[in-house]
Amino acid sequence: MNILELTTLVGIVSVAAGFLGALTGLGGGVVITPAMVLLLGIDLHYAMGATLISVIATSSGAAAAYVREGFSNIRIGMFLEIATTVGAVCGAFAAAKISPSILGVLFGVVLLHSAWISTRARPAPRPGETDDPLATRLRLNGSFPTPDGPRSYKVSHVKTGFSMMFVAGAVSGLLGIGSGALKVVAMDRAMRIPFKVSTTTSNFMIGVTAAASAGVYLNRGYIDPGLTMPVVLGVLAGSVLGARLLPCAPTMTLRRVFGLVVGVLAIEMIYNALAGKL
Amino acid sequence: MWARPGRRAPLTDQQVDEIIGALLRYGVMSSATVVAAGGIWYLIQYGTSLPGYHVFRGEPEYLRHLRGIVSGIPGFHCRRMIQLGLVLLIATPVARVAFSVVAFILQRDRAYVVITLIVLAVLLFSLTGKMSG
Repeated sequence: MNILELTTLVGIVSVAAGFLGALTGLGGGVVITPAMVLLLGIDLHYAMGATLISVIATSSGAAAAYVREGFSNIRIGMFLEIATTVGAVCGAFAAAKISPSILGVLFGVVLLHSAWISTRARPAPRPGETDDPLATRLRLNGSFPTPDGPRSYKVSHVKTGFSMMFVAGAVSGLLGIGSGALKVVAMDRAMRIPFKVSTTTSNFMIGVTAAASAGVYLNRGYIDPGLTMPVVLGVLAGSVLGARLLPCAPTMTLRRVFGLVVGVLAIEMIYNALAGKL
Repeated sequence: MWARPGRRAPLTDQQVDEIIGALLRYGVMSSATVVAAGGIWYLIQYGTSLPGYHVFRGEPEYLRHLRGIVSGIPGFHCRRMIQLGLVLLIATPVARVAFSVVAFILQRDRAYVVITLIVLAVLLFSLTGKMSG
């Protein structure tokens, strides 16, 4: 296989991942690395580097649209980015010290978590909980637009959410993914932030988190221009296409299909890691 | 206490959101353009060569730092050009955070000026730190 053929294959995988990622709202980054490693035999570090960069592209592209709609909360995002960026730098440092087989198993576990999240329906909105004095002091409470005018919300358990964001950042730096699923869990479950605000703010934060790891990855030589080029352009094209088709897509079916694909990749990733093939 | 009703607010949250949206959009678009142009060049030049991604060797030194990447521009090396586009992409969220510092200063939101500066410091530490090895 020559470079032109490999670039085409990687590009096709990336378009598909970006497309499904945008349609399901789960981000396609998490499937590209295992697909490159398992199907094309690319070294884990190169695959992680290319995927990490593509994550910045999709996050920034999507955030540009969401920010203007007024869903994402920039204060919540900025405050929690302290935790995610510090976590990301620590994770990216650790990635060089940990053996590929352990990274592979970890990757598989994160994939299984994403698969589980993606097959479940969106949780029902809960009424506003007791608010955290820290949230008031940091002015994290906000409002988002609804058809009946802006609705306000309060933020709870700020410290728990902050600690969970450190873990999300570390996983992102360790595996070269956006770890959007973990960020949404921290905001939606722990901090009781409305789902739509959680997902859009998470998307907004992913780019900054990934940029924090990207510096370390670049200095370590994980980012190969020839391999990253088709991944970045493919994922961007796929996600733009996916966002266009979103209004008429059968979201729940797609989420199940995506969950199944991710689940299979997870098991194969763990198997290969344990068999010492990574 | 200066922002009394009737006084023009220095910069509303809405305006900040719009500027950030435009910044992110143009950052991604310009990066994608540079990467695509470098990519076409790369495929024309090396399309029929054999790739070597099965074993991790790490990128050559000149592709690991901004100075090394930029130094290749006059000679128009295609791999450097793609890498420059990727650095532009990494710089996009960093520019967003840097702009937020300015926005919070104009809004006189001291707590968030400090919070945003911490985030910016972590990003710059990661991007400029000598951390290879």
